[in-house]
Amino acid sequence: MTVDTLPYTTFYKAKKGIWSWLFTLDHKRIALLYLYAIISFFLVGASLGILMRLELLNPGKDIIEPHTYNQIFTLHGVIMIFLFIIPSIPAIFGNFFLPLMLGTDDVAFPKLNLLSFYLYVIGALFALATLVFGDGPADTGWTFYAPYSVKTGTNVTMSVLAAFILGFSSILTGLNFIVTIHRLRTPGMSFNKMPLFVWSLYATSWIQLLATPVIGITLLMIVAERVFGIGLFDPSIGGDPILYQHLFWIYSHPAVYIMALPAMGVVSEIIPTFAQRTIFGYKAIAYSSMAIAFIGYFVWGHHMFTSGMSGPAAIIFSILTFLVAIPTSIKVFNWLATLYKGSISIETPLLFALAFIFNFLIGGLTGLVNGALAADIHVHDTYFVVGHFHYVMFGGTGFAFFGALHYWFPKIWGRMYNKKVANTAFTLFLIGFNTLYFPMLILGIMGMPRRYYDYLPEFTFWNQISTFGSWITVSSIILMLANLIIAGRKGKRTTDNPWNGITLEWQTKSPPPVENFTKMPELPEGGPYNYPNAKKA
Amino acid sequence: MDYSFHLPNSGHNFDPKSSKLGMWLFLYTELLLFGGLFLVYMVYRELNSEAFLLASFKLNVWMGTFNTLLLITSSLTIAMSITALQKGNKKLSINLMWLTILAALGFLVVKYFEWGAKFEHGLFPGMDHYGSLPLGERLYFYLYFFMTGLHGLHVIIGAIFILFVIHGVKKGTVTPERFSLSENAGLYWHFVDLIWIYLFPLFYLIH
Repeated sequence: MTVDTLPYTTFYKAKKGIWSWLFTLDHKRIALLYLYAIISFFLVGASLGILMRLELLNPGKDIIEPHTYNQIFTLHGVIMIFLFIIPSIPAIFGNFFLPLMLGTDDVAFPKLNLLSFYLYVIGALFALATLVFGDGPADTGWTFYAPYSVKTGTNVTMSVLAAFILGFSSILTGLNFIVTIHRLRTPGMSFNKMPLFVWSLYATSWIQLLATPVIGITLLMIVAERVFGIGLFDPSIGGDPILYQHLFWIYSHPAVYIMALPAMGVVSEIIPTFAQRTIFGYKAIAYSSMAIAFIGYFVWGHHMFTSGMSGPAAIIFSILTFLVAIPTSIKVFNWLATLYKGSISIETPLLFALAFIFNFLIGGLTGLVNGALAADIHVHDTYFVVGHFHYVMFGGTGFAFFGALHYWFPKIWGRMYNKKVANTAFTLFLIGFNTLYFPMLILGIMGMPRRYYDYLPEFTFWNQISTFGSWITVSSIILMLANLIIAGRKGKRTTDNPWNGITLEWQTKSPPPVENFTKMPELPEGGPYNYPNAKKA
Repeated sequence: MDYSFHLPNSGHNFDPKSSKLGMWLFLYTELLLFGGLFLVYMVYRELNSEAFLLASFKLNVWMGTFNTLLLITSSLTIAMSITALQKGNKKLSINLMWLTILAALGFLVVKYFEWGAKFEHGLFPGMDHYGSLPLGERLYFYLYFFMTGLHGLHVIIGAIFILFVIHGVKKGTVTPERFSLSENAGLYWHFVDLIWIYLFPLFYLIH
């Protein structure tokens, strides 16, 4: 396609001054505000994680008190879940690329978009305020299970309100995206011609919209219970703690698909671009996103197999859980089939996508161990669950997040990072990640419980391996981010389309102008991934 | 350098269909927000059906009925105001919206007296009499205050929303051609009404 060479003003330079950023309605600038905020919180959360691993280096007390340890794993969970991983891909890359991929100039409600960002900021301030106000951050775990969350003296109220506000930020982003996808597609782009990243955002947005309010009201009930002392959930004053668990997981299980689906969307973009080949099974991938979103609503009970549930209910929840594996593996097989006979160029984003598949496979299969009734009784609340969860969330979504950052980096900043350093950082990251989390799976099978600050001497070896892995992981992340920061400032200028992608965001300038496009974007003939020079398989 | 090029599908266009779709999606969220409470109500009603029945006798059915009538009437007036605006009769539309707000205020005043009476009897969570009630009745009143309170908050928000529309009509930003804000206020108001239509039988009527 032709790229005109007229000079233009990038969205960075269109307006100047701090206020033009803080009150911007431009989806690209809002995305970058999110990016800086979210990466900062990721680093805070990661530091807390490192502290925990350091404490677990040896049995007994190493550096922190047990109570502090409880607060640290809670804050780690709250920050990583609500401030990093839920908003990460939708709020940053969704905001930046959804309008570009649809061939429009903004989301449907630009002001609402800014409001979502400020709700995020307010929620984040609430979460951080627990450090200074009251008796310190909550020590309940990020699940805020009643009755302990009603009784503990720590600042649960504020943490819970933070999650409530962040929930509304997430709902409004989802609402905005659904309307954008319905109303602002470029002429000629039917639903079945949308890029797969857009499909995954669409599925995610529906979950955000329909699941988040349930946790919102549940958390308000916790607050009311703490303030007025009426037992909805605390059995000593007549409540039912299991009811809380149901309400909590009705949201929080679908929420893990809020975290995972956009990551799958990113992988579905990266793989066809670097294989220069039409995606295999476009519709299968698109609809499996919707299927995961749909089935994901009905599996929450699998978090509660050990907390008292009738046999038939447990069996049904278990079967439904296994059903989720089907659309997920449909995606994996389609990605692999896309690579088959493609003209593959191995670049950093593709490495991240492949690592996603590898890690997510381990995470997904260990998930089935948790989902099977008998096996779950053995591994429930052990370190195995922690390992499983980090494999899907960090190994899956985290890798896809950094993959997306490397994939779209030249589009966002118009510069290219040092690929050798990026590949080195990636390799270290993959090794470090697996050294950090695989031992957790083993420890869990051996019987080490989760959320304990101490352990029996026989667990020492694997714990030390894991802590060692955490050091590799953190060094690789520092190396990766340093490489990207340097590239953002001084990297080599790149062309508008360095990866030879054909989705619409590659048809405009890098970085794009405020209006996104300087001429009408052209839809590729025969679908969004129909690469003209692809070898016919 | 400035381009005169504009995308036809710009996010900055005025698009009534977008705002209406957005409003509907928002109402789904609101519905599920109340949904959590309805679920809790269902569970505890099932577990304590007798206590819930006894406690429900302490509510004033007449006040509840009056409020129900007020809200249903206000749904009628807001719907009429939208039609009036679409037909170009701004003055009638504004008056009908004021009527709606009046009904909202009436609802809140009645609610004030209803809640006030409960406070006098010490039925609010944390008060003396409340503490001496059997468990099921305590849960009933807790849910009563929580759910009608949250609903009352929505009445206030809805009324403020309608005030904005009145302001918009006067200023000329909401016109017979651009009426989606007024339609959205109407949708929201109907939703507030609808929630009450469920709350009323659940707390006052079921025997």
